[in-house]
Amino acid sequence: MASLRITDLVFRWPRQAAACLDISYLELAPGERVFLHGPSGSGKSSLLGLLGGVTLPEQGSIELLGTDITRLGGRARDHFRAEHIGFLFQQFNLLPWLSAIDNVVLPCTFSARRRQRAGNVPHVEAARMLRHLDLGEALWRKPAGELSMGQQQRVAAARALIGRPEILIADEPTSALDAERQQAFIDLLLQESAAVGATLVFVSHDQRLAGHFDRIIALDDINRAASGLNV
Amino acid sequence: MTAVMRLAALSAWSRRLTLGLSLVAIALAVTLLLAVERIRGDARQSFAQSVSGVDLVVGARTGSVQLMLYAVFHAGAASNNISWDSYRAIASHPAVDWALPLSLGDSHRGFAVLGTSPEYFDRFRHGDGEALRFRDGKAFGGVFEVVLGSEVGQRLGYRLGDSITLSHGLSELGPAHGDKPFRVVGILAATGTPVDRTLHVGLEAISALHLDWVGGAPLPGVNIPAEFVAKFDLKPKEITAALVGLKQRSDVFRMQRFVNQYRGEPLLGVMPGVALDELWQTIGIVERSLLAVSALVVLIGLSGLAATLLAGLNERRRELAILRALGAGPGEVFLMLTAEGLLVTTLGALLGLLLLGAGSGLAAPWLLERFGVVLATRIPDEAELALIGAVILTGLLASLVPGWRAWRMSLADGLTPRL
Repeated sequence: MASLRITDLVFRWPRQAAACLDISYLELAPGERVFLHGPSGSGKSSLLGLLGGVTLPEQGSIELLGTDITRLGGRARDHFRAEHIGFLFQQFNLLPWLSAIDNVVLPCTFSARRRQRAGNVPHVEAARMLRHLDLGEALWRKPAGELSMGQQQRVAAARALIGRPEILIADEPTSALDAERQQAFIDLLLQESAAVGATLVFVSHDQRLAGHFDRIIALDDINRAASGLNV
Repeated sequence: MTAVMRLAALSAWSRRLTLGLSLVAIALAVTLLLAVERIRGDARQSFAQSVSGVDLVVGARTGSVQLMLYAVFHAGAASNNISWDSYRAIASHPAVDWALPLSLGDSHRGFAVLGTSPEYFDRFRHGDGEALRFRDGKAFGGVFEVVLGSEVGQRLGYRLGDSITLSHGLSELGPAHGDKPFRVVGILAATGTPVDRTLHVGLEAISALHLDWVGGAPLPGVNIPAEFVAKFDLKPKEITAALVGLKQRSDVFRMQRFVNQYRGEPLLGVMPGVALDELWQTIGIVERSLLAVSALVVLIGLSGLAATLLAGLNERRRELAILRALGAGPGEVFLMLTAEGLLVTTLGALLGLLLLGAGSGLAAPWLLERFGVVLATRIPDEAELALIGAVILTGLLASLVPGWRAWRMSLADGLTPRL
């Protein structure tokens, strides 16, 4: 069973004539770590919204772990996302008024499955992960908004990975980090997603970061709508 | 769902300053609204309780509301007096059971002085037909004896046997009747009516005070000392008004006609209930305007809340996107915002109720003293609960706006908030 399979996908923003995404086929294997490259405006955000089940395509199917999420209702898609996908954004991933450790635990409050896979005591697991990601214990109880950007991204990584989701989607998670930290963070992500056995979809416009991935995909190569859209 | 609500509460707590300001604004608006409603109801209650068992109030021809106001509530001054002969003619009418003469116009340190007959203390009824009771002492007998209303005694600290002097006119600064002191012989129990704020003397005392007066001022060079007043005829020539009780209530229209068509001088007889209705009609407009203004203030408070939530929404786009990524649906985002508004409104309304309780406790003595309104401290009645319900419902409606906006935003933004 593929971890992700996209078939004949067409997506158009409302009131737009041209399609934004037109992907005939894309398949990712379980545990595969993929660098998805695309310049800004190439439809990366749209693709992420589709993969997360937040938006629906005009046509085509998106199978995640054998479930065609385009056939699910809105609540079921939200539930599926909570159970199986970890998200990592560019920056400001955390609820600034929650402590670091409470931020890490969040997915376990939304998903019974991930709480169970985190050993049913999410705070213990969160502490283990934060320690593993080298975040000093003194910072755990601090409001997340008071941490440095690098610290915040590590907390966000722990949150995305807690309860071992099958799919990890990272949207430019290093863009707020300085150059020498970027590679370190990517290595950490690669290593951790391998440790939990998650399929990693790493989206970025910066091709220099692609080095250590199993596979590199240029969005423009698989998106037939791209030729008309991007200069 | 519960997870989202818990996060909503934590999120709201992190913005407690701005939300707290909205809450205080709503609380103050609700306090105002309830206070207007409560004073309105209590004012009516106080007025309606002030006189009982009186079939007609008789005075010089004037407006019926005005006659009620000065004769019963001792508010404002009479435009004209009625002659003692007219009073006797009415009091001796076969339909009349009893009549009480009222002579007003003097005061003591801001409290009205009422000249009347000693039967007043037996006849006068208030509330649900309750009679006056003496807390101390007895009715006046001699000319220079005075019976105090309970509040007069309490506020001015008078006791039986104390000696006091009266002033001419209703202001504290009027010329004094300092040469003729009165002795306190009785203090009445509290009634919650204007009686509490009145000093009662005999009609003869009023005559005696004004023996050496003409046209509202002492006659220059004439001074009749108190010990000589008994040599004069103290039968009153004029009184201000009279309270009349009939043998049969069904005679009231006949008697009213007799009074209004009295040949000797232009008189007016009003039924207290009818005059009060007229009073409510007059001040009903003011009451409704006040209520409308307070309702408007509540609306402003709630608009402020909606505006605060809407303004905060832009800064919370990331927060909403994070919650979406964690598995919250747009419906939950909608509920989160709406619940926040509803929570602030409800807490605001409850705080308003508390403020009203505290405020009315503090303001009640002052309202009673200045306006004669008895403001009862009590649990909210049905009308007040209905108002609070209306406020909360309106708050819910106002919160739907930011809720709807957040719902739209979470659909449009998805997982990547546009910043």
